[in-house]
Amino acid sequence: MSSNQLDSKVPSGPLANKWDKHRFDMKLVNPSNKRKYTILMVGSGLAGGSAAASLAELGYNVKCFCFQDSPRRAHSIAAQGGINAAKNYQNDGDSIFRLFYDTIKGGDFRSREANVYRLSQVSVNIIDQCVAQGVPFAREYGGLLDNRSFGGAQVSRTFYARGQTGQQLLLGAYSALSRQIGLGNVEMYPRTEMLDLVLVDGHAKGIVIRDLVTGEISSYSGDTVVLGTGGYGRVFYLSTNAMGCNVTAAYRAHKRGAFFANPCYTQIHPTCIPVAGEHQSKLTLMSESLRNDGRVWVPKKAGDKRPANQIPENERDYYLERKYPSFGNLAPRDISSRSAKEACDAGLGVGDSGRGVYLDFADAIGRLGQNVIKERYGNLFEMYQRITDDNPYDVPMRIYPASHYTMGGLWVDYNLMSNVPGLHVIGEANFSDHGANRLGASALMQGLADGYFVLPYTIADYLARVGAQNISTDRQEFKDAEQQAKEKTAKLISINGKRTAESFHRELGRIVWDNCGMARNEAGLKKALHLIPELREQFWADLNVTGESGSLNQSLETAGRVADFMEFAELLCQDALHREESCGGHFREEYQSDEGEAVRNDKDFTYVAAWEHKGVGSPAALHKEELEFENVKLATRSYK
Amino acid sequence: MLDIVNEELAKTDIEPIHFDHDCREGICGMCSLVINGVPHGPQAATTACQLHMRSFKDGDAIYIEPFRARAFPVIKDTIVDRSAFDRIMQAGGFVSVNTGGTPDANAIAIPKTASESAMDSAACIGCGACVAACKNGSAMLFVGAKVSQFADLPQGQPEKTARAKAMVAQMDTEGFGNCSNYSECEAVCPKDIKVSVIAKMNREYLSATVKTLS
Repeated sequence: MSSNQLDSKVPSGPLANKWDKHRFDMKLVNPSNKRKYTILMVGSGLAGGSAAASLAELGYNVKCFCFQDSPRRAHSIAAQGGINAAKNYQNDGDSIFRLFYDTIKGGDFRSREANVYRLSQVSVNIIDQCVAQGVPFAREYGGLLDNRSFGGAQVSRTFYARGQTGQQLLLGAYSALSRQIGLGNVEMYPRTEMLDLVLVDGHAKGIVIRDLVTGEISSYSGDTVVLGTGGYGRVFYLSTNAMGCNVTAAYRAHKRGAFFANPCYTQIHPTCIPVAGEHQSKLTLMSESLRNDGRVWVPKKAGDKRPANQIPENERDYYLERKYPSFGNLAPRDISSRSAKEACDAGLGVGDSGRGVYLDFADAIGRLGQNVIKERYGNLFEMYQRITDDNPYDVPMRIYPASHYTMGGLWVDYNLMSNVPGLHVIGEANFSDHGANRLGASALMQGLADGYFVLPYTIADYLARVGAQNISTDRQEFKDAEQQAKEKTAKLISINGKRTAESFHRELGRIVWDNCGMARNEAGLKKALHLIPELREQFWADLNVTGESGSLNQSLETAGRVADFMEFAELLCQDALHREESCGGHFREEYQSDEGEAVRNDKDFTYVAAWEHKGVGSPAALHKEELEFENVKLATRSYK
Repeated sequence: MLDIVNEELAKTDIEPIHFDHDCREGICGMCSLVINGVPHGPQAATTACQLHMRSFKDGDAIYIEPFRARAFPVIKDTIVDRSAFDRIMQAGGFVSVNTGGTPDANAIAIPKTASESAMDSAACIGCGACVAACKNGSAMLFVGAKVSQFADLPQGQPEKTARAKAMVAQMDTEGFGNCSNYSECEAVCPKDIKVSVIAKMNREYLSATVKTLS
């Protein structure tokens, strides 16, 4: 392992002035020159959609690609609870610095101060922007915006639109994007998947894509490539991500030289509906906002199978309230998830599987009445009932943690550019702002911050420096990359084995969940690093893809994505094994206090681990970005 | 259920049944199956992905078809092309504000009733079940929901005339039919959008055309 230092390009000067100073220091592209540049945007979710729209408004030519049939369907749409912003509308002591501090602390002191501060600064603009677009946020009777609280914060700074905040924000970005498509400033390519990144003289200048309807593989060139392709939570197979979510674009960029940072920081969301059976393909999240009014508990006695309402108060353990009295049920996600796992490991779990804890609204319904609860969470309660056939107004919900979000991602500097010049990465696909754990309602904030208010500035700096190049896809670099993509596709089809990609994915997910899930240890990770290459070998020997490559073929799409997860899972475990500390979503059993709390090792691990690809099956090479904390003191995270 | 059928088909080397699906939470709007003759199946206010097998009895035959409408050509098996919806949105389903320079979010107070009503319409997931259920293949519930959302909000007012006209014109161009007030669309809508949005759209459209005439 080498350990070259990475340059984050964080501007000098006081924290609060960095972004302002940087905006002045960066180069600009003058309005009449913007049309000479083409930007390839991959992904159309909150980050990609908002960036594509904003860049087109500025005058750039944008080509935007997504695998769904419409940009309106990106998985950002499924975010339920809300979006944070330091508006301090509630007059409860919020400020930009407090949001910054909460986010740094929530991320267990493993994120970059300057990025997080900038995020907090622009958070207030996001809400203004969305309201102007016609996003129907929840309001008070006086007509002003309403807020609620989320985990890891003691102020109410979360804006929401019922339980469909992600949908409404995405439709806002989609409407802005639609306007630019209608005006001819964005060319939209739906049902299109990126298969490779094309480098010209070391710069990202193009992508290879597969048209998912015709099966045709071709390439596009541009002056810069932006990935807003989401996270890799489906490496666990079962997750709250959509079925199509994948790591392919990011991972193939990684294979072309982009460093992958902190893949071991994965978020396991505490409030999901428990797994019900073997054939399940997907887990459903219940918004964290439910923890505002729901109380989490398990029976005090192991194996207590009485129905919840027959277990008297004094035989219940409201373990979050007991262990973390000041944050209670609103303890951050990593801590809440781990506590649920501990309770279930101790045999206290509820439901048939024993992998579940109660989230009980009886007190809140008694205090506020059923109508208020219905107004706040109606659609979530309906969703729960539809899936489980239980009525949560009468019996407590059963919840269990599930893979939900990934804090790791491609390494980017302060300009959101990866180590590959010209390759920008935004939203969940990059690693930048959440450290080792993301707070609730911060993903929407980061996606839109990157897309609306950061990338449109920083991308100009790169473009102005290199100039418009008008690169042709006739160049050899494009031909070679296309050829490789075609060969890989042909190979997937030609194996003619016995097992579907789906079944391999399920098996891979089990290995990763068991050994690199909510709690990890050296032996388990080493075992996974042994099992994954074996499974990968079987995959390439016994895969069965039906149909052909020259038409719409969903089993081929799945196979290509699973092939990347097969390699990526190894990187994830390698990173988890190397990080000999517990922090945020990365909990190593060897590093915990007597009370079972995570123990960080600031002396040796206060850095970003950015991995360089060294060939399939070979260990990746480590590059470090040391994290410097000038404005907050590194402290043990306490929510007690 | 289709996953299991497809897994079995693949074992016998038969190409699986292609169907659009993604979030499996009823929010992305990708599902587009007609189940036993009803878009999204027998359960009210539910997308196909959220329809559980417990809604059927053992031994029931289940018929699965694609959404059928002139404006939604079939691509393969049950997968249809709904890009006509995107083009309607591109014609006017937005507020023309660029990024940046917007007033403070609390600068304009909006009555709670107005924002709640806008949210009822904005809940549309753009799945197209309304079109598939309509004997005329009309997209009026979809378009009405978007027009109504903006009509309810002060931010939508400056462009209300142009928006109603442009979206309706595009809807006609795409080959969607008219409304005959059967309300089948409302009955199948997984998000419970009410036909009152169509009335609102007609009012907006009428007032837009009258304004242009005068």
